[in-house]
Amino acid sequence: MSSSTENFIQGEVKERIDRWIAEYPEDQRQSACMPALRIVQECHDGYLTTDLMDQVAEYLGMAPIAVYEVATFYGNYNHQPVGKYQINWCNSISCYLRGGEELREKLEEKLGVKTGEVSADGKFSIKKVECLGACGGAPICKIGKDYHENLTEESLFKLLDELE
Amino acid sequence: MVYQNENCFRLNHLENSWDIETYVANGGYEVWKKVVSGELEPADIIEEVKESNIRGRGGAGFPTGLKWSFMNREAPGQKYIVCNSDEGEPGTFKDRDIHRYNPHALVEGMAIAGYVIGASQGYNYIRGEFWEPYQVFKNAINQAREAGFLGKDILGSGWDFDLHVHLGAGAYICGEETALIESIEGKKGQPRFKPPFPASYGLYGKPTTINNTETLASIPMILAKGGKWFNDLGVKNAGGTKLYSVSGHVNNPGNFEVRMGTPFKDLLELAGGIWKGRQLKAVIPGGASTAVLPAEKALEMNMDYDSIAKAGSFLGAGSVIIMDDQTDMVKAMKNLSHFYWDESCGQCTPCREGTGWLYRMLTRIVDGKGRPEDIAALKDVSGKIMGNVICGLGDAATIALTSAVEHFEHEFVHYIEHGCSIYDRT
Repeated sequence: MSSSTENFIQGEVKERIDRWIAEYPEDQRQSACMPALRIVQECHDGYLTTDLMDQVAEYLGMAPIAVYEVATFYGNYNHQPVGKYQINWCNSISCYLRGGEELREKLEEKLGVKTGEVSADGKFSIKKVECLGACGGAPICKIGKDYHENLTEESLFKLLDELE
Repeated sequence: MVYQNENCFRLNHLENSWDIETYVANGGYEVWKKVVSGELEPADIIEEVKESNIRGRGGAGFPTGLKWSFMNREAPGQKYIVCNSDEGEPGTFKDRDIHRYNPHALVEGMAIAGYVIGASQGYNYIRGEFWEPYQVFKNAINQAREAGFLGKDILGSGWDFDLHVHLGAGAYICGEETALIESIEGKKGQPRFKPPFPASYGLYGKPTTINNTETLASIPMILAKGGKWFNDLGVKNAGGTKLYSVSGHVNNPGNFEVRMGTPFKDLLELAGGIWKGRQLKAVIPGGASTAVLPAEKALEMNMDYDSIAKAGSFLGAGSVIIMDDQTDMVKAMKNLSHFYWDESCGQCTPCREGTGWLYRMLTRIVDGKGRPEDIAALKDVSGKIMGNVICGLGDAATIALTSAVEHFEHEFVHYIEHGCSIYDRT
């Protein structure tokens, strides 16, 4: 993937952002800041840069600082490179009660990475997140846009082995 | 006998319960047709909702009919109906399933609420992680538009109403209604100082009503069968049905839609009882922001506002977290304190700093480095957050912890005196 982010908001990225802008009143382009950051992040290997945030600011007519505020306030935006598969690991009470923490340790061991790191081959990274709102299926994790529930060591490892 | 699935979950057993065909075949959108045709008038709807005795299902329990009556329908200018689907309170996962299994009840409920308050636009704030529920809901909006239930001049009535989604991006605080509004406006989700309340100054500065997903999804059935029907399902001060999310140490965790006032024991049985043949130790009945109850108190209570309050906690969002007799209460509280520290928006100093202190002290205790004065310090810091912050998050950060110290103080003392848990055998 190219690391150049010159004119990032064009083509499909621009079309996707424009569809979100249309969901808000005409004089409220700033409302599309969160979806714009998400889309840009998705199309930039899963993380944001200052340059990308500046481009979002310019496109939406916002002050850059206002975009930085949003991008650093919400937990789902990344500011460092992440793995091709970012494993969002739920850290909250129901997952904890059902062995989520022990399972995360086994996950770290299997992938050879600590939480917050990217594996050497760039394939996986683990991110500890707070309650994902699916506590009935604890322990759970989210990879990409998908939830994986009722995880056991066996089901988790099988899932990871199947990811290309 | 425990009655189940009479309201939001009434279609869950059907294949494709999310589909408009299923919804319409089971009476869906009939109320909406009566509303836009003028057969059901806004004032009558508010009366019916008041009679139903439904209280906000997001956790605060504010009477919904009363909330709607704060809006002046005839006032000129744009108004908004907003649905709070930013479900993030640890232990809560009911709204996710409403989106997945009965999204049209939510679409219809939002449309009706919008009509009652005079709002031609609605936003459903769905937490960003809920991609699948979002897709199902988006499909429901499209189906409803195609069927003529949303859009311009709905069913020839001259009334316009349309729905939009705003996706969150990982911030529990956006479940606080004014933080949620800030977030839709494209800002950090930091709660506003109140007053003014959203009914006078809400989204984009316009009059706005914000209701929880379960509340809004209950509206079509309340109006189809009548406020009295709904009220009579429940008990005094708690009308209707409630979705309880049961998680933790049970054999069969999940969502259970039962009547208000259902004994806790029966709910626990629905969830398969305590796992691994163990005994119940404690329950957090309403989500991480409510007080921990020891087993003996929990086993006597019923699942409604007054009974849970009498037992010493709060119904909250109906998020029942079950802990078995092997649960290390100190470690559990350390886990909860991390959540609040992580999720504090940073606006109010007592919460921003205090949640970090609580987490660090609990970490120290669990690491075997607790000091004799720590228990008093935990109480002191909690007391200094409570009531000294703009929104409920700071208060919430102290409630479970304070109650855990009250009921299970010996576990904290053991850690401090021996450097390990009462469950550690060395």
